Amino acid sequence: MLTVKGLNTEYPSQKGPPVKAAQDVTFEVPAGKFFTLLGPSGCGKTTTLRSIAGLERPVGGEIVVNGRTVYSSEKKIFIPPNQRNFGMVFQSYAIWPHMTVFANAAFPLEVRKTKMTKTEIREKVMRVLSAVALEQYADREATKLSGGQQQRLALARALVMEPELLLLDEPLSNLDAKLRDRMRFELKRIQRELGLTTIYVTHDQGEALALSHEIAVMNEGRIVQVGTPREIYEHPRTKFVADFIGTTNFIDGTVLGMDNASGRWNVRTPAGDMLVHAVQTLAPNMAVTVSIRPEDVEVFEEAAPAGSGLNLTSGMVDQKVFLGDFVDFQIKIGEFVLLSRAHPSMRTPIGDKIHVRMNPEKCVAIPDISSARSAA
Amino acid sequence: MASVENVSGNLQTGDQPVVKADPKWAIMGGVVSIVAWLALVPLVFLIYQSFRTPGTARKPAIWTLGNYLDAYSNSDTLVLFANSVEFAAGTAILALVVGTALAWMTERTNTPLKPLFYALSIIPLIIPGILFVVSWIFLASPKIGLINLALQNIFGTDKVYVDIYSMAGMIWVDGLHYAPIAFLLMTAAFRAMDPSLEESAMMSGASMWGIFRRITLKLAFPAVAASFLILFVRSIESFEVPALLGLPVGIQVFTSAIYDAIHSYPSNIGLAAAYAITLLVITMGGIYFQSRITAQGGKYSTVTGKGFRPRTIDLGRWKYLTAGIFVVYALMVVILPFLVLLWSSLQKFYSVPSMEALRNVSLAAYVTIINYPSVGTAVWNSFILSIGSATTVMVLTAIVCWIVLRTKIRGRFLLDQLASIPLVLPGLVMGLAIMVCYLTIGGGIYGTIWILFIAYVTRFLPYGMRYNTTSMVQLHKELEESAAMSGASWFTSFRRIVLPLLKPGLLAGWIYIVIVSVRELSSSILLYSPGTEVVSIVIWEMWQNGQYVELSAFGVMLIATLFVFVMTAQWIGKRFGVKET
Repeated sequence: MLTVKGLNTEYPSQKGPPVKAAQDVTFEVPAGKFFTLLGPSGCGKTTTLRSIAGLERPVGGEIVVNGRTVYSSEKKIFIPPNQRNFGMVFQSYAIWPHMTVFANAAFPLEVRKTKMTKTEIREKVMRVLSAVALEQYADREATKLSGGQQQRLALARALVMEPELLLLDEPLSNLDAKLRDRMRFELKRIQRELGLTTIYVTHDQGEALALSHEIAVMNEGRIVQVGTPREIYEHPRTKFVADFIGTTNFIDGTVLGMDNASGRWNVRTPAGDMLVHAVQTLAPNMAVTVSIRPEDVEVFEEAAPAGSGLNLTSGMVDQKVFLGDFVDFQIKIGEFVLLSRAHPSMRTPIGDKIHVRMNPEKCVAIPDISSARSAA
Repeated sequence: MASVENVSGNLQTGDQPVVKADPKWAIMGGVVSIVAWLALVPLVFLIYQSFRTPGTARKPAIWTLGNYLDAYSNSDTLVLFANSVEFAAGTAILALVVGTALAWMTERTNTPLKPLFYALSIIPLIIPGILFVVSWIFLASPKIGLINLALQNIFGTDKVYVDIYSMAGMIWVDGLHYAPIAFLLMTAAFRAMDPSLEESAMMSGASMWGIFRRITLKLAFPAVAASFLILFVRSIESFEVPALLGLPVGIQVFTSAIYDAIHSYPSNIGLAAAYAITLLVITMGGIYFQSRITAQGGKYSTVTGKGFRPRTIDLGRWKYLTAGIFVVYALMVVILPFLVLLWSSLQKFYSVPSMEALRNVSLAAYVTIINYPSVGTAVWNSFILSIGSATTVMVLTAIVCWIVLRTKIRGRFLLDQLASIPLVLPGLVMGLAIMVCYLTIGGGIYGTIWILFIAYVTRFLPYGMRYNTTSMVQLHKELEESAAMSGASWFTSFRRIVLPLLKPGLLAGWIYIVIVSVRELSSSILLYSPGTEVVSIVIWEMWQNGQYVELSAFGVMLIATLFVFVMTAQWIGKRFGVKET
């Protein structure tokens, strides 16, 4: 459906050479899927989205939608945004303040090349307004709407043109936390019902995980990993991905060798030797970082029930923080401090001994780039 | 037309929508050429003229350095330069001191009558410079000045207490006229200053004097310096005051010298051009340093756009003193000048107020004005010119601003500079440049109303730029981008999104330009011919003819009309506010 190949963008800087924004960005989105570009600010995700929209002109690469090339540096094709027929929701919503709700939503139908009758427009607009539950506000001044309603209007305006592609630029970031949660469900429902191919840009990993079929994590202009939300969360391929998505423990270690019984790699770490899950091929003596999510660090006051091939160890409670729906423990194992997220019923006092169990499936070994290079 | 069908990518190689002729490029190209023509061509001709001898039927014009030699070998030029600098610096200092004091009182103290003061600050818009000068002549001339007469009456002498026909008088009148601008500039500066910066100094243990000296003054320095330069440039460009107060007693500054050179016989346009270039260099320098200071002011970053809660000082009983200062100022700038005009307009022949004169009150002057032959033409000309030039300027600059702010075309900042060039051209210099330009290239424009139209559009381009920039900066880029994503062409989105959203700013700017066009004198005076007089020219001619009573009646009517206009502007453009800049 959407293919982005070798996309490069840059913009002129005050002094010196142009700043590179997106570099060699390549990905593919099948029809009807919800695809998210996720990354910190300045990682090139918005530039990538705006290049797909046609609001920015890349310097190299190719963008093909439904077999139609909308941009190609090689073939010198650049279709301007107003001829691409993509719907877009902007971060500021960009609701036109001098128009009513209805006029805002009707605009795309009024300006299109093939003219529609007034009744046709009215019918289409009302249908899309009712889809976002705004039909009773049709004649209201657009500026009189609340933040959440403006956001739904922006969505309605993007949907009314029956776009080939729906582009969303951090649409939830201007809403307060409660409303954001609700709109997240709403957005997911509408996207799944209409089966619209959707590209979503956000820096909020929670949103990305909740909404997407597939996520591309970006950093410094490049895509670092593409995968389903679960793959990205559970098996990050780089330290950056592990760190950016959720909270994690990083434990530096050295590969000891293959454990024959479990078929897993054994890694020596300051928190003891542990069996790990390897996303990439490892080799003995390789320097790795083991990433484990705090909620995967199970804690017990009594010795943990042993299971085959599980990592078991024990430590001392150094600090704990009660956060209502869970409690965070900082556990000292030797000199190493491990973070564990436990059920709030766990009340082990500070200074007491505590037992720790970690499933090797959740302990992800990521080769250090420098050592990986020297090993190669 | 880009095809939307699902054809394979190869088929589209021949289809390149970018190359397609877009009306956008034609419109933008046209606008850029018009702006470049208006801003640059007259200037080039002015420079050219300053190196030419006057051409006569017998002797064609040739290249020469004579104009500059004449201008600079003459010891009078030194006097001219000294006079100009003394006049401009004096005016700027007087205006700045008055303006800063008033701004401090309204912004940082609990002086009563504050709201009145903001209202007063738009008065210079309503009273054209020439009327202000005339009314001060009525008030303070040695022979008929009411102030002298009143004091002579009280003390029973015939001593002349104040003489408006002097350097001090010129500085006084022009300084008062520009004080409201200084007030607005300094109010903005005080408002932009975060009071917490002063409060944190207080918490650090600094004394009030220490805070004022080490924090407030240092923070305000860029604003004070920039305001001084703006006022200096404004006053060195002033024409009305030097012409009406300086020329009769032989105090010449650059503007009056230029006027004199053109109006002497035979007129010496080359010499005028040489003076004009000198004046231009001075104003350019002023504007350059002002923009440098403003740019550096950025590092003080006291302007955050945040509305600070103003911290006001309780003056106690002293507040009656400051309120008194307000009242005196209002008397000087508005009430006395207007009353004296009103009084004079109700007489058959100009006479000082007395019981006897009161019995002679009549509306005869107003009747005369209504039936005065050139008044009708002048009002109509001014009406057409102000509406036409305001509309043209606002539309032109809306497109220029859009190009500067919204496109990534290389060199777009040059366009901004180009449209700002007229800012450094004093009105008289602009008039001279345009006169020389269209006399040289011909085309029959000189002598018609079109030359005034060109002059007004050029002069007021920078104002249009400022109003449009202010409102377009507030216009979020995504509002246009979403129109593009909705399938709207550039023209549709400009017409249906950009222009309607700019409307308040466009309207405020339009009204401002209408007002300044009606008051315009210094360019018009070199460009009008019989039949193309405008209202300020009629006032000027009446003054030259000694028709003081008719002049006053016409002035009162003009002030009343402009007052209605400004009130409308205030009411429409609450957000953008019409103000003297």
